[in-house]
Amino acid sequence: MEESSGNMRSSEPTAAMKKVREKTAKKRSKEEEEEEEEQIFNFKDKPAGKEEEDEDLSDSEESVFSGLEDSGSDSEEDEKESDDNDDEDDDDVTAVESKQPKQTEEEEEKEEVVGGVTEREEEEKKEDEYEHDSSDEEDIRNTVGNIPMEWYKDFPHIGYNLDGKKIFKPIRNKDELDDFLDKMENPDYWRTVHDKQTGSDIVLSDEQVELVNRLQKGQFGDVNFNEYQPSVEFFSSDVMIHPVTNRPADKRSFIPSLIEKEKVSKLVHAIKMGWIKPRRVEDDTRGRFYDLWAGEDSSILGRHKMHLPAPKIPLPGHQESYNPPPEYLFTEEELALWEQQDASDRKLPFVPVKFSSLRQVPAFSRFIHERFERCLDLYLCPRQRKMRVNVNPEDLIPKLPKPKDLQPFPTTQSLVYRGHSGLVRSISVSPSGQWLASGSDDGSVRFWEVCSSRCMKTVQVGGAVKSVAWNPNPSVCLLAVALESVVLILSPSLADRQVVQSSERLLSGQPEADTSDAAGPVIWSDTEGEELNQGIRLKIQHPKAVHQVAWHAKGDYLASVMPDHSSHLQVLIHQLSRRRSQNPFRKNKGLVQCVSFHPVRPYFFVATQRSVRIYNLVKQEMTKKLQANSKWISSMAVHPGGDHVICGSYDCRLSWFDLDLSTKPYKMLRHHKKAVRGAAYHRSYPLFASASDDGSVIVCHGTVYNDLMQNPLIVPVKVLRGHVITHDLGVLDVTFHPTQPWVFSSGADATIRLFT
Amino acid sequence: MGGLQKKKYERGSVTNYITRNKARKKLRLSLPDFRRLCILKGIYPHEPKHKKKVNKGSTAPRTFYLIKDIRFLLHEPIVGKFRDYKVFVRKLKKAYGKTEWSAVERLRENKPTYKLDHIIKERYPSFIDALRDIDDALCMCFLFSTFARTGKCHVQTIQLCRRLTVEWMNYVVAARALRKVFISIKGIYYQAEVMGQLITWLVPYQFSHDHPTDVDYRVMATFTELYTTLLGFINFRLYHSLNLYWLPCTLLDIKEEEAQLDQFPVEGAREREQKEQEAQKKLFDGLKFFLNREVPRESLAFVIRCFGGEVSWDKSVCIGSTYEVTEETITHHIVDRPNASTQYINRYYIQPQWVYDCINAKIVLPVEDYFLGVTLPPHLSPFVEEKEGDYMPPEKVKIMALQRGEKPEEEDEDEDEEEEEDDNDDEEEDEEEDEEESEEKNLKKMEKQRSQGKSLQVKVTPGKMKVENPERLEQEEKAEEKRLAIMMMKKKEKYLYDKIMFGKKRKIREANKLTAKRKAHDDAEKANKKKTRK
Repeated sequence: MEESSGNMRSSEPTAAMKKVREKTAKKRSKEEEEEEEEQIFNFKDKPAGKEEEDEDLSDSEESVFSGLEDSGSDSEEDEKESDDNDDEDDDDVTAVESKQPKQTEEEEEKEEVVGGVTEREEEEKKEDEYEHDSSDEEDIRNTVGNIPMEWYKDFPHIGYNLDGKKIFKPIRNKDELDDFLDKMENPDYWRTVHDKQTGSDIVLSDEQVELVNRLQKGQFGDVNFNEYQPSVEFFSSDVMIHPVTNRPADKRSFIPSLIEKEKVSKLVHAIKMGWIKPRRVEDDTRGRFYDLWAGEDSSILGRHKMHLPAPKIPLPGHQESYNPPPEYLFTEEELALWEQQDASDRKLPFVPVKFSSLRQVPAFSRFIHERFERCLDLYLCPRQRKMRVNVNPEDLIPKLPKPKDLQPFPTTQSLVYRGHSGLVRSISVSPSGQWLASGSDDGSVRFWEVCSSRCMKTVQVGGAVKSVAWNPNPSVCLLAVALESVVLILSPSLADRQVVQSSERLLSGQPEADTSDAAGPVIWSDTEGEELNQGIRLKIQHPKAVHQVAWHAKGDYLASVMPDHSSHLQVLIHQLSRRRSQNPFRKNKGLVQCVSFHPVRPYFFVATQRSVRIYNLVKQEMTKKLQANSKWISSMAVHPGGDHVICGSYDCRLSWFDLDLSTKPYKMLRHHKKAVRGAAYHRSYPLFASASDDGSVIVCHGTVYNDLMQNPLIVPVKVLRGHVITHDLGVLDVTFHPTQPWVFSSGADATIRLFT
Repeated sequence: MGGLQKKKYERGSVTNYITRNKARKKLRLSLPDFRRLCILKGIYPHEPKHKKKVNKGSTAPRTFYLIKDIRFLLHEPIVGKFRDYKVFVRKLKKAYGKTEWSAVERLRENKPTYKLDHIIKERYPSFIDALRDIDDALCMCFLFSTFARTGKCHVQTIQLCRRLTVEWMNYVVAARALRKVFISIKGIYYQAEVMGQLITWLVPYQFSHDHPTDVDYRVMATFTELYTTLLGFINFRLYHSLNLYWLPCTLLDIKEEEAQLDQFPVEGAREREQKEQEAQKKLFDGLKFFLNREVPRESLAFVIRCFGGEVSWDKSVCIGSTYEVTEETITHHIVDRPNASTQYINRYYIQPQWVYDCINAKIVLPVEDYFLGVTLPPHLSPFVEEKEGDYMPPEKVKIMALQRGEKPEEEDEDEDEEEEEDDNDDEEEDEEEDEEESEEKNLKKMEKQRSQGKSLQVKVTPGKMKVENPERLEQEEKAEEKRLAIMMMKKKEKYLYDKIMFGKKRKIREANKLTAKRKAHDDAEKANKKKTRK
């Protein structure tokens, strides 16, 4: 190394050498440590002292051999090879930069280290300089190169000298014992080093030992080297008069560069095509505001009409206060309820809390949640215009004539008829209006005087009475009673003698000869004995249980109902004068509930479970079928004019049919809370009443106009209460007084009441 | 029959609606982008009347948008920007992957941005429209301005929000527009009247937020983006309307030359209202407040200044304090502690609620109830306007009396007396009722006996005149009339009527419940008091 640097110092910078020097400078760093040592040894090796000169010479020769001089202008690759891959790269740049300072360093270093070497040698070296190249990395005494010396372990030689002759290992037969002895006895043992390449022991001089120490400490090998000397800035911002290098400018610095031209043209093209945009000017207009609504014109139509602005958040109430009035705080039950409820069911989304002062109020933990939910509402919720019904509830109530103006109608309970011991199923008023007949489950029929509530007569009939009906003909005094499967005709003899006689006459009519086919199983029979004394005159035996009896207005015909699913024999019409019965229907059209005759015309109303059929008795055909729109009809009443029908049903409704209008009810009245049991029209006043299981009788005003264009006016006028509900049954039957605006009702509490 | 067969679901209401996914595909946007677009443009889903028809026979839950809305979105320039951004992100990723830092830098510099000015203008064609919709914007900005810089959103956003809210508050102070304040458990509600519009906003308390994990901050950030722009423009316009210099992020700079408005004669109620408002604006004129360090400084300073009061605080709390504690002219010292260490004689030491209650009552309330260590009267919401039949807390009644100028009386004794009187009345009524009942019972009994034909205890007692109250009779009659008329209602109307009546009844029930609760509470308090007195 020293040699090479020595070479460099005085070297004239030829082109070739320069290059090489660069390389060496670059590699210097690492090799130094290893090689330097060795070389120093070499110098100091006394036995090898003679060789040294040869080596130096051979050094130059070697470099000639290696062809370094020729390859001076070559690429660095060659160089590396020639360097035996000693060391690797540094950047070119750094190499160049460090070149100059290093040169100086090396100069001094060399002077110092080589101080021990004789002048002559130095002289020689100077001469050699030009022949030598600077590559001194190898040990030139042995030409094997930088290989592990173990490879020669088994050979007698350790390499070849320049002439190709074997270099033999020095004969050493030192064994462990010798070694040990040497160690113990030789004072220089610690500074003796074995040179593997030559196989000889070298004793280091004091300088060398010191050098080793310094290097081990990481100091410069040269004692006098000042590492802090001021550096000379060759390449600085200052413009100097003289160039740093004397090198003439290249040709390429005078001619335009093709590569650059290509690059520029590429960029130009990219700019032209818009691929490269000029650097964006930093605009802060995003945060800059101006008068956005300056040119406010109404011509800009906002959104289409479907747009709905979002509703605002409801404003907080007293509950949300940090210090609410005490009544808004939750009690324990309320709190428990609140905690149990689902979040969506809660009336308040928070629990009201009271803080005694403002400083104790903590942060609301769901604040961000609530804002977020509001955001979600704003962009995720479908909006809908909900028409809020802002109606005064009073306006909803229909304007009806005042009940006061519609008088007379029954308003108060005036009489109670007591005497029955079972529920009173049916009542009937005599056409004169003086007498009231009632049939009860206790097996008796009682006759009452209406005005005094006196029981005039009690007839034990021996069975639960289902229905009683007073003959509507005022010239006779007869009562039809239905019980079990019998219809009894009673003559209570509660009238003038004339009337009684005429009824006797009617009853004494002779039966027709054939009672065989039409009436079938019906048996007419006179009564005798006890029964006759009681006033029972006729017995009409039916095949099945009779539920209802109804008179024709003339008083000669009587209809009885025997509800039965399976047979067509459900209704029988009896003629009293001839004691004849007949079944008007050939087919079963459903369970018959009740029947009624038209007051003036030859029509017959049959109410089945869900509909009312109207038959023309003369033509013997069905003229109309009214749909009641209810589940189960319980009762039916025909208006005295004959054009209107009301039907009560077990599903709490009362339907009014106008026969002129349609087969559907004209009005459904849902006045009752429970099943409607009875319905009745007044014969002369525009009144009708309905009785129900809820214990009430509702009297309605129902004006019927002669003008066909005008619909009936229906106004409820009075709710009459009085009956006590027993066994879930309230009022069972209702009927009007024939002349007065009075209404009778019979109930399950075994009473009959008169409302006037 | 001839003709093509009509296909189902091609006509009618189907043509008006589009599902979200289809809309997204039509716009060629990803779901987050679509969301952003909807937020920015204010597009919301619609609920079709007949969902199954629109859903082509399926009953699966779907979100529907109006097809017109989506078409309207198609022409939005921001959609292009969204796509640009997508490309930008892709390029940036690529550059990162290749570690081409120069490219990254270049891309960063050319990051596509967009402005929302045109959207604001389009959504709010007039300034009033914008003002009407500013509630949410204010709430959101106030919330974001309290965020710490924890990476939930950009720091710039937080700063911008802070700036805008401060600007807004300055405007409200300058315009004296504040009307109502309410301290709730959520935060402080403010209501201001700007250009005839009532604007309410909620400011959270100054605590660090416990950021929930189930909140999508991207959605919130998008909203905030829109709201900051909106608020910025509104602030600008408002400042100009007041002849204020609009210097972004500077403190108040008032040019005191408010144009004198022409006075138009206004009548009656309006006039009174206006006068009242004028009076309210000068509520704290001439009062000097000093805030102790534990009271919420920003809120109180804002509120006091809105009503013409002067306010200061300790120098070490925050900049901007104008005078010291030792200032002699301070009239009110706001403290939120059980007691103050050093007290000056010539000032009131009060709790902060006094300020808020005064504002809501529109008068300077007596300070006695708000002294240090005193149990505060309840703080009532000024937003509740009681209609007839609603429950009104007694404190509100008191305040209303004060507003009318009545002096509060010595309460306790009066109340006692009144109560006693009430009790007496009740008893009397009860007695009357009892008598009636007993009479009726007797009658019934006699009736029963008579009808059953048993021997009566023959005894003639002097009959009592049954006094018939004609008024009562009339009332009863009317009630019955009504009941009967209700029976005749149609089914639909009856349903509606029942519903309305149910609601009314519930209201009454609730009011009664509150009254009862209050009474129980007061009684308990009174009992306590008596105990302590003894």
